[in-house]
Amino acid sequence: MKWTRAVLPPVIVGVLAIVAWELTVSLGRIAPFILPAPSAIWKELVAQRQNVWEAALASGTNALIGLIAGAALGILVAMAASRFKPLTEVSIPFAAVLNALPIIALAPILNNMFESTSSIPRRLVTAIIVFFPVFVNTLRGLREVNPIHQELMRTYAASGWTFSVKVRLPGALPYVFTGLRQASSLAVIAAVVAEYFGGLQTGLGSRITSAAAFTAYPRAWAFVIGACLLGLVFYLTTLLLERLAMPWRTRLIA
Amino acid sequence: MKRALYVLLGLAVAAALWEGYKAVGNPDGTVLFGVRILPRADDLSMPHLWTVLERLGRPELTGGRPVWIVVASACLFTLGITAAGFVIGALIGLLLAVAMERFRIVERGLLPYVILSQTVPLVALAPLVAGWGGTIMPPWAVVSVIAAYLAFFPVAVGMLRGLQSPSASGVELMRSYAAGWWRTLVKLRFPSALPYLFPALRLAGAAAVVGAVVGEISTGTRGGIGRLIIEYSREATSDPAKVYTAMLGAAVLGLVVAGLVSLLELPLMRHRRHVEVVTL
Amino acid sequence: MSAVVVDKVTKTFNRGRTDEVTALSEVDLTVADGELVSLIGPSGCGKSTLLRLIADLIQPSTGTVTVAGQSAGQARKEQAYGIAFQQAGLFEWRTVLRNVELPLELRGLSKRERKARAEEMLTLVGLEDFAGHYPAQLSGGMQQRVAIARALAVQPPLLLMDEPFGALDEMTRERLQSELLGICTQTGTSTVFVTHSISEAVFLSNRVVVMSARPGRITASITVDLPSRDDAGRQSPAFFEKITEVRQALRGTPAAAPPPRASEGAAAGTDAR
Repeated sequence: MKWTRAVLPPVIVGVLAIVAWELTVSLGRIAPFILPAPSAIWKELVAQRQNVWEAALASGTNALIGLIAGAALGILVAMAASRFKPLTEVSIPFAAVLNALPIIALAPILNNMFESTSSIPRRLVTAIIVFFPVFVNTLRGLREVNPIHQELMRTYAASGWTFSVKVRLPGALPYVFTGLRQASSLAVIAAVVAEYFGGLQTGLGSRITSAAAFTAYPRAWAFVIGACLLGLVFYLTTLLLERLAMPWRTRLIA
Repeated sequence: MKRALYVLLGLAVAAALWEGYKAVGNPDGTVLFGVRILPRADDLSMPHLWTVLERLGRPELTGGRPVWIVVASACLFTLGITAAGFVIGALIGLLLAVAMERFRIVERGLLPYVILSQTVPLVALAPLVAGWGGTIMPPWAVVSVIAAYLAFFPVAVGMLRGLQSPSASGVELMRSYAAGWWRTLVKLRFPSALPYLFPALRLAGAAAVVGAVVGEISTGTRGGIGRLIIEYSREATSDPAKVYTAMLGAAVLGLVVAGLVSLLELPLMRHRRHVEVVTL
Repeated sequence: MSAVVVDKVTKTFNRGRTDEVTALSEVDLTVADGELVSLIGPSGCGKSTLLRLIADLIQPSTGTVTVAGQSAGQARKEQAYGIAFQQAGLFEWRTVLRNVELPLELRGLSKRERKARAEEMLTLVGLEDFAGHYPAQLSGGMQQRVAIARALAVQPPLLLMDEPFGALDEMTRERLQSELLGICTQTGTSTVFVTHSISEAVFLSNRVVVMSARPGRITASITVDLPSRDDAGRQSPAFFEKITEVRQALRGTPAAAPPPRASEGAAAGTDAR
């Protein structure tokens, strides 16, 4: 019962939106370069499923490698920064400033610094973008310790190391996953969009631009759908990992 | 004040790392198992920082305008697009949030899609709306639409959290005063939403810049900083410092937008604390 | 040997600054073995500060604190006491059983010993069926019982409690009070119990220590000897007499039994209204 109340409204909205979209396009005679009909997109998606799959695999690999590298680095740097207070005080405003910059625009520079025929630039730009949310959230989690836990561990005469392992790290886990959730979506977005800036053209981003350049708009939309599904897979996988890593949480996404 | 000092310190460290790597790094990069894992350190890939600064002062092409003027005017153009996108996006976000707060059914039906829209790379749509430019709206407006699309989300989610933040006792107090929905909104919900709204606006500002830069590139709109990065990066083999000047411009643009958004909150937030908004 | 000896302890916060506060001034307190002593007083009288001094969470400015014949710091390192706060302070990522196991883990007990002891403690507080639950799945009263089980897990000779039932409703509170008394008699633990409920202090304690604020000091020490400590005890005339006595001591009016005062005789004389 509760289940249907949560699921039914979005499903109805979704179905209505698609029907309205289809009707507007076919009845309003809207040109496909402005908005193709859902039926046309679906036909292309079925016809191109092999290409979509391969491009999604390429982009997915880039996103995954970037995500793992960036997240690992973010967590490690946050752990290091939380150990030394001056480092924390320097890194928080610095990260805030860097976060305001359009980092994705680094892509062409990275293409020059490495070579435009390798996958490294796309993965690197993904890793850099992923780094920030993971770093900022992890650091916040490591700094926020329940004062009662702190006193309790003191009455147990626990060492700094024990304190880190038993209290600080598990306490920071929800924050780490908040960062990872944001990062998992950003990783896919970065991996796809980085291809707009040149470099190796094997993923979804270049397929979208080339289809659009040939005015094959329904096909381009089909690849966008592929990108959406890829993003969803990344996000849901992260949610699943979160669930597995923190069985004590009764609710996801507080 | 202290923060600015730390940022300068961070910049100095970054500059030292850059020049340091240039000094010790292999000019052709480090290749391990056939993969170049460290970048090339030659002047073509990583020009000296002073070369970049000096390039700002010289003309774009022989006899043309100096590069810094070109970069600055491109930044201004993009700033305009970003501002338009930010305002549209923030307004839509606010309206959505109020609608979702007012009608439970709207929240149930829409919120999953609002969240979904951010987990999927819909920026990828950017090349597809390029066709709108020149037909149903001017090209720059298309870019604004993309920027607005990226900006609306943090505002919608942050504002919804904010509007829902007053405690049940606060709402009941307003009810005991016989205040209707509108008065409750104005007197209770809006003021309590402010600490949520401003951090969300900052996120929206940063997102609008990204949207504008990506939008210019994928729609091929001329005149902005995103387009300039692409144009200059094509000349990287002959004039490597040029693309870095455009990068610098994009960074300054990001900072200016962040600064302008922070100015918005100064009069309203002097005595209040920020609430961190987790959007996903 | 006494469980706790506090000798001429003064505690000053923010020393030498404009916002200097004397939280405790020249406090003496002795808790005998197996005794349950309550500290009661208005907010800001330093009762929590006194408890934290005994726990070595803060250090006295002058004077000494001795716990079971050794310094407070030494006692803490040997886990010679268990402690519980107003908030249960459970670790939300550990199950109930693993929360109780934590102090044992830090003592280096083997896995099997830990589990056996923790289960025993959970039985003591009546939560053996909830060992596998996470704290978020328990009510406030149950969480507080887990916190008490955790404090008792190392079987300490001394129990320190800082308003442990303060956030609970009256019914739960009375039930937990009886449970605590049962546990203390059963294990022979000495207890220092901070509270601001007069009836709670009288019902639980062998002795109620009354404190006053600015600067924090002990103004009375009232021995309580109830005929029984159960529901009948709660309704006995002795219970109500002691409540009146503590209340008067808190208000500063001279009670039937003159409170032991050191230097305040003159002030107390003018105090009678």
